[in-house]
Amino acid sequence: MSDLRDIWVYLAASPLLHLTMTLAAFQAGSWVYERAGRHPLLNPVLIAVVLVVSMLLATGTSYADYFAGAQFVHFLLGPATVALAIPLYRQFERVRKSGLAIAVSILTGSLTAIGSALGVGWLMGASRDTLISLAPKSVTAPVAMGISEQLGGLPSLTAVLVILTGIVGAMLGPLVLNLIGVRDWAARGLAMGTASHGIGTARALQVSEVAGAFSGLAMGLNALAATILLWVVWQLLF
Amino acid sequence: MLNALTLILACQLAGELVSAWGKLPVPGPVIGMVLLFIILMVRGGIPDNIAQTGDGLLKHLSLLFVPAGVGVMLHFRLLGQDWAAVAAALIVSTLVTIAVTGWVMAWLSGRGAPRDE
Repeated sequence: MSDLRDIWVYLAASPLLHLTMTLAAFQAGSWVYERAGRHPLLNPVLIAVVLVVSMLLATGTSYADYFAGAQFVHFLLGPATVALAIPLYRQFERVRKSGLAIAVSILTGSLTAIGSALGVGWLMGASRDTLISLAPKSVTAPVAMGISEQLGGLPSLTAVLVILTGIVGAMLGPLVLNLIGVRDWAARGLAMGTASHGIGTARALQVSEVAGAFSGLAMGLNALAATILLWVVWQLLF
Repeated sequence: MLNALTLILACQLAGELVSAWGKLPVPGPVIGMVLLFIILMVRGGIPDNIAQTGDGLLKHLSLLFVPAGVGVMLHFRLLGQDWAAVAAALIVSTLVTIAVTGWVMAWLSGRGAPRDE
């Protein structure tokens, strides 16, 4: 028995265990998602997060210990963001043709995201810390965390709200777009990327290369737009 | 494969340097994306190995968000206090943003109707 404990302690201290756990949980999430005919409500990221959090709580493992292993997966977010240049390049002709429409749509969307998040949060009586952390929720995680820190929010809370926003968008976004009759892949991708950054983009890429390229573009431009808009909003409000 | 990965990492590194030196609010990887895009424009095409490596990274993009998402366990207390406000703000704001952005784009480009499926 004590041998088993020693092995556990040894494994828990190496990055291998939590790295494998992350991949296995995501595989399980993807399996459920595929099995259910890619039903958007069974988002693989959500399933993986629930599985990993349950396992960590059950074994009394801290997030810091988990992240020591999972950071290798987390690190790949940077190179993956760079790689979004590839679908963007493939769709460049279409992007160039509708440059002004794209700029206006993303600015409108960015302002809507900030305004509605602050408005609803404030009406529902969220604390100041929560409100500030919520404001950049549609922006890609690394930028959102930077914005939150500058405005005096909690960057790590912002990271979580950003991921949850991405999951909500990936789960319900396609249904909303169907409901209001937006069928054009470019417009659908732009909406997903502006509102739910990389997770929305991941979902868009699965469905259509055009949607994925526009979504990646929207994610990048919204990071820029939201940084500037939030700075202005903060000068006006506080 | 290896030189494609090197190129992607080099773009990110250059992006991080530009972002830090210029004190820009835009993160390194996003600047790296612009750099890689410029390189592809100059070359006038996507070399096979870059396409393979990049598509490989993007194929499992959602996996990469899991470690940050697990960070939710750090904030159970704050989220517990404000859970209703947070849930309402996240859901309403995200869906309204998707609807508004998609609708504006479809309206501006004059193709709200089905065009290319």
